[in-house]
Amino acid sequence: MIKSQLVKKLLNKNPHLIQKDVESITSLVLEKITSTLENDGRVEIRGFGSLSIRKRKSKNGRNPRTGESVFVPEKKAPIFKSGKGLRDRLNYKA
Amino acid sequence: MSETLTRAELAELIYSEVGISKTEASEIVDQFFEEIILDLIDGNSVKLTSFGTFSVKHKKERIGRNPKTKEEAIIDARRVISFRASKELKRRVNS
Repeated sequence: MIKSQLVKKLLNKNPHLIQKDVESITSLVLEKITSTLENDGRVEIRGFGSLSIRKRKSKNGRNPRTGESVFVPEKKAPIFKSGKGLRDRLNYKA
Repeated sequence: MSETLTRAELAELIYSEVGISKTEASEIVDQFFEEIILDLIDGNSVKLTSFGTFSVKHKKERIGRNPKTKEEAIIDARRVISFRASKELKRRVNS
């Protein structure tokens, strides 16, 4: 599924809304999550999971093609951890 | 600094920005995540441009060890979610 398909599904469930509104809602949600992570904040959506930032230390890496040693500066990486609800639903056995 | 964003704040934001009621706003936030979850349960990937991709990975059964008691136990084969942040998201959190 891609973003436009998600918009369509939400639109089908909410016939009282117009496409422009659902598109704004989708952008608002993703933008708010992004800006929270940008400020080193944490996102916790119960039943889905959490997003947070992990700091990666600088290291001496290698160019895999040439084998040349390169310095990789410290950086932040967004990480997702699935929540219990999602993990259970994903592995539900009837 | 260490603010935590939840469904409630997202609903509040939508309520204040889009002309819908608080109830509708909180319903659509729930539906937003529920639709993503349903697609993942079906085994599909969910790709959200300029944000990232959620996908399902299959883990094989393996023998794990309780780090505290050192007891061995079989960890069943299971499905897990992996998230790959888009270039744009990585750029934003590092700016």
